[in-house]
Amino acid sequence: MEDDFAIETKGITKVYGSGNTEVVAMRDASIKVRRGEVVALLGPSGSGKSTFLTAVGLINPPTSGQVIISGTLVLDGPQAQTNLRSFRRRHIGYVFQKSNLIPFLSAVENVQIALELNGQLPGTARKRALQLLDGLGVGDRAGNLPSMLSGGQQQRVAVARALANQPSVILADEPTAALDSQRGRQVMGLFAQVAHERGAGVIVVTHDHRALDVFDTIYEMEDGMMRRASQLAHTSEQVRRT
Amino acid sequence: MNLATKDIRHNFGRFALTTLGVGMLLMVVMGMGGIYRGIVEDATLLIDRIGADVWIVQRSTRGPFAEVSRVPPTLVHRALAVPGIQSAREFVYHTIQREREGKPLRIAVLGLSWPTDKGEWVPLIAGRPLAQNHYEMIADGSLGFQLGERVELGKETYTVVGVTRSMISSNGDGLAFFTVADALAIQLDTPGEAVRLERAARQARGERSEIGAKQPTLLERATAPAAELPPIARPQLSAVVAEVDPGADLEHVIEILSGWDDVSVYTQDGQRELLLRGSVEKIRQQIGLFRILLTVIAAIIMALILYTLTLDKIHSIALLKLIGASNTVILGLILQQAFVLGVVGFGIAYLIGQRVFPMFPRRVILTDEDLWQLAIIVLVISVVSSFLGIWKAMRVSPNEALS
Ligand SMILES: Nc1ncnc2c1ncn2[C@@H]1O[C@H](COP(=O)(O)OP(=O)(O)OP(=O)(O)O)[C@@H](O)[C@H]1O
Ligand SMILES: [Mg+2]
Repeated sequence: MEDDFAIETKGITKVYGSGNTEVVAMRDASIKVRRGEVVALLGPSGSGKSTFLTAVGLINPPTSGQVIISGTLVLDGPQAQTNLRSFRRRHIGYVFQKSNLIPFLSAVENVQIALELNGQLPGTARKRALQLLDGLGVGDRAGNLPSMLSGGQQQRVAVARALANQPSVILADEPTAALDSQRGRQVMGLFAQVAHERGAGVIVVTHDHRALDVFDTIYEMEDGMMRRASQLAHTSEQVRRT
Repeated sequence: MNLATKDIRHNFGRFALTTLGVGMLLMVVMGMGGIYRGIVEDATLLIDRIGADVWIVQRSTRGPFAEVSRVPPTLVHRALAVPGIQSAREFVYHTIQREREGKPLRIAVLGLSWPTDKGEWVPLIAGRPLAQNHYEMIADGSLGFQLGERVELGKETYTVVGVTRSMISSNGDGLAFFTVADALAIQLDTPGEAVRLERAARQARGERSEIGAKQPTLLERATAPAAELPPIARPQLSAVVAEVDPGADLEHVIEILSGWDDVSVYTQDGQRELLLRGSVEKIRQQIGLFRILLTVIAAIIMALILYTLTLDKIHSIALLKLIGASNTVILGLILQQAFVLGVVGFGIAYLIGQRVFPMFPRRVILTDEDLWQLAIIVLVISVVSSFLGIWKAMRVSPNEALS
């Protein structure tokens, strides 16, 4: 039945540093995200959201615990069970807090490179990249370098890049921070659409409580601990009553 | 999509300036090689052009190019008498320094054995070989004489009848060709007063001696020019050069000549070796070592440039890793830029060098062989000096794209 989950983590823990400077950024976080499920991850600053996301994204392996993506055990503790880079290329799309575009490539080239790295021919890759940018409303800025784009436009290019290879997992770390609420909603809607249409599992870290209605499930992190938000809300209500 | 060219285009001004700098540096490396080659060529050029099989020089000397060598003029006839020798000629060579338009002018004077040798073998770019046995000269272009110009040397005036190119002594001085008689006149030029004093001294010696008293006619002749006096030896030559009969055994001829107690004998190769081992050896080594040093410096500078180029891109490289680029892609990005730097730098070095080197006072010779060698060295340097950058790029974690 594991196959039903796009993302599954089993008790992942991340410890930064050692001795006096030891920080437990994430403690025993377990989560299951079905294909087509869109998950929001909330929590105060420093609670370990980015740590969790980069662990699931295979760029910052946990100290212990397992990461399973599309039924494949990819990380067992810090140990890689497969070639992480090619796995990332094929299965995972990222959008991060700061827009992360390559400064010497134009908007369309930033999307195109992701497609070419995955084996697409330059011609088809370019056509598809332009389509994606059009869909996100930045088609007219396709030839511009990232430095000539506004923060929101950069973020949309990054979203286009994340969606380019039709990944089975999309991880987004505050993707709408630089967008107005309408654009933010639009991007969130896009994630939901990709999730539902293509059966991808999506985790979005967000502070924007206005757009929570697009999410299927909400998780909350606090001090490195992961909880389902409904349970959390439930507990806090109980606390209030007593 | 080619990432290397995209990045170069994005930082074009900086990359162009860097490449220009590398190009200039490689030009200096190239120039050093050219200067080295020029010195070797110049040193042996005269010997090669004269093309004599045998050099007969003063006993125990290393020949006229290395030191002062004096042989009697009669040596030509003695040499001709040796079986196997086809022809022999006089050779006079010495360097003079005069002034021209306020600047010192060094001339390597070479005497041609008129009339057997009129300088037909000298490659002329203007004018003609010598046509009479006095008062004509062929000058190397580097001396700055014009065709038809009249040059005063010693007591005589010589007309430049021919101009040659790249005829240079092993010290880098331009050559001028005269007949042997003129070359000797220039070499042994004595001021009029000195001649008069010498004749007076001769007379005085004659009057004091018994022979002078017994033979008054002898005393009368003492004041005549030296050339008219039988007891006074004719001026000496620097060397005698000889060609051997096509069928004759060179070894055998040399054996005979070596038996003479007043001369030393060298083959053409022997003279060349002597020159390379002798007078130009130190400067040759000096420039050779300097060239190696420059190559190493160029490699270090290129490594630093490529390292900083990589450091500037380290965030993009982390990001490429994040979105799943393989090491080949990242290696390609760095190596391709290294190659562009090396190849364009080499091209710049060659283009600028070709325009600049001819203005140097001494010849800078770019042989195809040397250029190929340098091209390969530059390619190797490009690869090796990328290692530092590649090492850095391989170590960066995709996580760093997020910071
Ligand atoms: N590389 C690191 N070395 C040491 N400690 C780190 C490192 N990265 C994160 N931390 C610590 O781990 C904890 C969790 O950090 P994390 O970035 O996951 O928080 P976050 O929930 O994403 O916060 P924010 O909402 O501000 O982005 C913090 O206390 C942080 O200081
Ligand atoms: Mg964060």
